[in-house]
Amino acid sequence: MIERLGLRFLYVVDRNFLVWRKLVIASLVGNMADPMIYLVGLGFGLGSFMPPIAGMRYINFLAAGMLCYSAMNSATFEALYSAFSRLKIQRTWEGILHAPMTAADVVVGEWVWAALKATLSGAAMLLAMYLLGIVHGLRPLAVMPVVLLIGLSFASLGLVTTAIANSYDFFIFYFTLLITPMMFVSGVFYPRNALPVAVQRIAAVLPLAHGADLARGLTLGLPMAHPLTDLMVLGGYAVGGLALAIRLIGRRLLK
Amino acid sequence: MLQVRDLRKSYSGIEVVRGVQFSVAAGECYGLLGPNGAGKTTTLRCCLGLTASDAGTIRLAGLPVPGAARAARARTGVCPQFDNLDPDFTVAENLIVYGRYFGIPKRIMVERLPRLLEFAGLEDKAGARLDTLSGGMKRRLTLARALVNDPQIVFLDEPTTGLDPQARHLIWNRLKSLTSSGRTLILTTHFMDEAERLCDRVGIMDRGNLIAEDTPRQLIRSRIEPHVVEVYGEGVHDWARAAARRHAQRVEMTGETAFCYCLDPAPLLESLQERGALRALSRAANLEDVFIKLTGRDIRD
Repeated sequence: MIERLGLRFLYVVDRNFLVWRKLVIASLVGNMADPMIYLVGLGFGLGSFMPPIAGMRYINFLAAGMLCYSAMNSATFEALYSAFSRLKIQRTWEGILHAPMTAADVVVGEWVWAALKATLSGAAMLLAMYLLGIVHGLRPLAVMPVVLLIGLSFASLGLVTTAIANSYDFFIFYFTLLITPMMFVSGVFYPRNALPVAVQRIAAVLPLAHGADLARGLTLGLPMAHPLTDLMVLGGYAVGGLALAIRLIGRRLLK
Repeated sequence: MLQVRDLRKSYSGIEVVRGVQFSVAAGECYGLLGPNGAGKTTTLRCCLGLTASDAGTIRLAGLPVPGAARAARARTGVCPQFDNLDPDFTVAENLIVYGRYFGIPKRIMVERLPRLLEFAGLEDKAGARLDTLSGGMKRRLTLARALVNDPQIVFLDEPTTGLDPQARHLIWNRLKSLTSSGRTLILTTHFMDEAERLCDRVGIMDRGNLIAEDTPRQLIRSRIEPHVVEVYGEGVHDWARAAARRHAQRVEMTGETAFCYCLDPAPLLESLQERGALRALSRAANLEDVFIKLTGRDIRD
């Protein structure tokens, strides 16, 4: 059945899930506790010095940003370090290709898996927002599909990076030159309109800013300026990046 | 089981497989031998549809490759050269999860598990973590993993490289039990004793060409003098230059040893009696002698 529907990538998702289940405690601490500590630390600590933003407490504003940040981080770590060790160190993918599986099955499986981990991190942040009284009712749950989409787009970018990486050291470039600046220009910690226009323009072509706008709109009820564009940018990164990752990783594994 | 016709493959302008052609019948154990860089691994990868060839046709388990590579791999087992077992899983989990990639449900894998573990000699290690296994155990587990789909044909890329003699003998024993159960084996190896012991037929590759192919015994009979006398000791260089050729058909110097290939070793050994400083080892020619004769003594890197 799975074969006939072209869903063999689910075997890769399943393999990663089985490993994750064994290391669940460390994984939960890394993926969930870490952003929550930031939220509470920055939200209450720094927040006590901050004026309200868009009429709300700083921690509320920050929480929606951290939701996206934690999804981005989870997907990125999975698609870089974990995927790379399965590509190069443990040669897991090589073994999978000796079975009736293709490089596309492997890459799509890793893509979905990384996005699921991002979704789990996002869900944990959302739960924290409920517990802290930042959000109420059912409406904020509508942010979860957006979290999944953020996960998919960063999983794509991460897998493209992994496809061209020769060692873990390479990822330092990706973090330092792309992920960290993106975090600061995308409106995670403060509103983007505080930044110079040129920087805002750069942020507008990066996925995280669009995720943050959607997440604030859906969880906090802030007006969304162009939700359709936001979805299309995220979707574009997700699909375009996936296609590129399949091509590059296919070329690397099947040389 | 496997037919390869006029297979060609280049990497950035350098042709590493140059028109290789061979076929392997059902139930046969076929050895692909050759120095490093001869094109063995590339040939195997092409056969599995993991590398796209530039020219040639391949049929594996009755199916065209790469056209139906996925379906062909479903009927094939692969024991790779480098360990790619899943270090996060136990012995049993490695087998069960690998079976899933073939679409084999866990229920059926659990049924097959005892036989696979017995085959690998890991009956009491089902729940063991991978890092507690020795190199030989891991290789046996990799071999058992290649059998999860009950394949009719199994590819083995250097199955005993890096193992100690005891572990090698155990692997040989397992491979023999595979051939006696009627499976087709295709293996690459650097060890000529391994090929001589296991293979019904061997093909010797060099620089991308298949330069000889026959049973090990027939290759030894037809390609080389039947006896080898290895001579070493003080003055061996002078002796090899001056006297060796009188009694040997061919003489090759490697380091401090003269390899004398003879139809009859008796006159040579007799002549050595007078040279007290030289020591000699007389033996029948083997597959390694054929291999060296055909591919040369140069180091390939």
